[in-house]
Amino acid sequence: MRYIEPHAHMVSRVTDDYSAMVTAGCRAVCEPAFWAGFDRSSAQGFYDYFCQLTDYEPRRAAQFGLPHYSWLCLNPKESENTSLADEVLAMIPSFLDRPNVLGIGEIGLNKNSRNEIRVLEKHVDLAVRHKQMILVHTPHLEDKLKGTRLIVDLLKRNPGIDPGRVIIDHVEEHTVDIVLDAGFWAGITLYPQSKCSPSRAIDMVEIYGAQRLWLNCACDWGHSDPLAVPKTAIEMKKRGHGEAAIDRLIYGNPLRFLSQNPKFRVDKNDRETSSDAAQK
Amino acid sequence: MDRARITDLYFAEARSKLIDLAAFLDRVERSEGADDFRMKSLRAALKELGTPGPERTKKILLLLSDPTTEPIAQAGGKSASGAWPGY
Repeated sequence: MRYIEPHAHMVSRVTDDYSAMVTAGCRAVCEPAFWAGFDRSSAQGFYDYFCQLTDYEPRRAAQFGLPHYSWLCLNPKESENTSLADEVLAMIPSFLDRPNVLGIGEIGLNKNSRNEIRVLEKHVDLAVRHKQMILVHTPHLEDKLKGTRLIVDLLKRNPGIDPGRVIIDHVEEHTVDIVLDAGFWAGITLYPQSKCSPSRAIDMVEIYGAQRLWLNCACDWGHSDPLAVPKTAIEMKKRGHGEAAIDRLIYGNPLRFLSQNPKFRVDKNDRETSSDAAQK
Repeated sequence: MDRARITDLYFAEARSKLIDLAAFLDRVERSEGADDFRMKSLRAALKELGTPGPERTKKILLLLSDPTTEPIAQAGGKSASGAWPGY
């Protein structure tokens, strides 16, 4: 088995997790910027975090032969502090040329407030100005439906947005069609309690098709499992899905989306077979 | 995959979750106090669960969601409760 983990917060995981992911067949890991579990007190805190995501963490992953990529932003949970958000937004362009930065993310909404929407609009404008791909976080639980609708409307209003270069993450059964019908990619996050279970994720793949879907573990400091994607692949096999279909979903699809940024590369030994997986 | 195979694969897990849910409701009802908005929504979702028809998952997620469309003035906190207080 081989797979790409397109969404994992490795800064909050232990080294053994890297070892387990590589052992399970992980070929690359992507880390969107997120909330630290507490509000940062200054833009300097974000500067240090962005250095961690673009310098230290790739070196830690490289010890296991695992390519590490990142996405940069201020998370919507910190968007009520609009002056801090403006300072962080002004800093992001200086990091965009770093070799492992794939785009702007995970931006989005948390409680669907006016300030969150203002900061989201600024992130989207920044991405459009700098021709960056976008990774979007949708809100939790009861706030997800409303937040997904607001996010999709906001993105559709921006003429600079190419939906094929935007992934809207954490979809569930009540939001997946909103995202796919608007032409965006959709991410399914596999969590032990909230978001989606492996069996429900496979249901959605069977119902909606796998053309613009990816699976991710979004592991962080909360209840989460860095091996959720390969475990779901094993469940797909039990459900009767063939090896090729599983490979397309957990390797080919993230490869196809992420390769829109030429910085994204997989190991040369995988490259020989990757074009098939990405095109089917 | 046919119904017998799906049942083989998931019945034990579904049975376990069903018994856990029943035990949770028993636990809540043994405790003192009144239901809050989360329990009100959960009881409504249980009725939906027993209604024949497709897309039960989607219907229950919608029942537990904020159906409004206007942004709120300001985020009072960061966490979500799992049910919409206005239900």
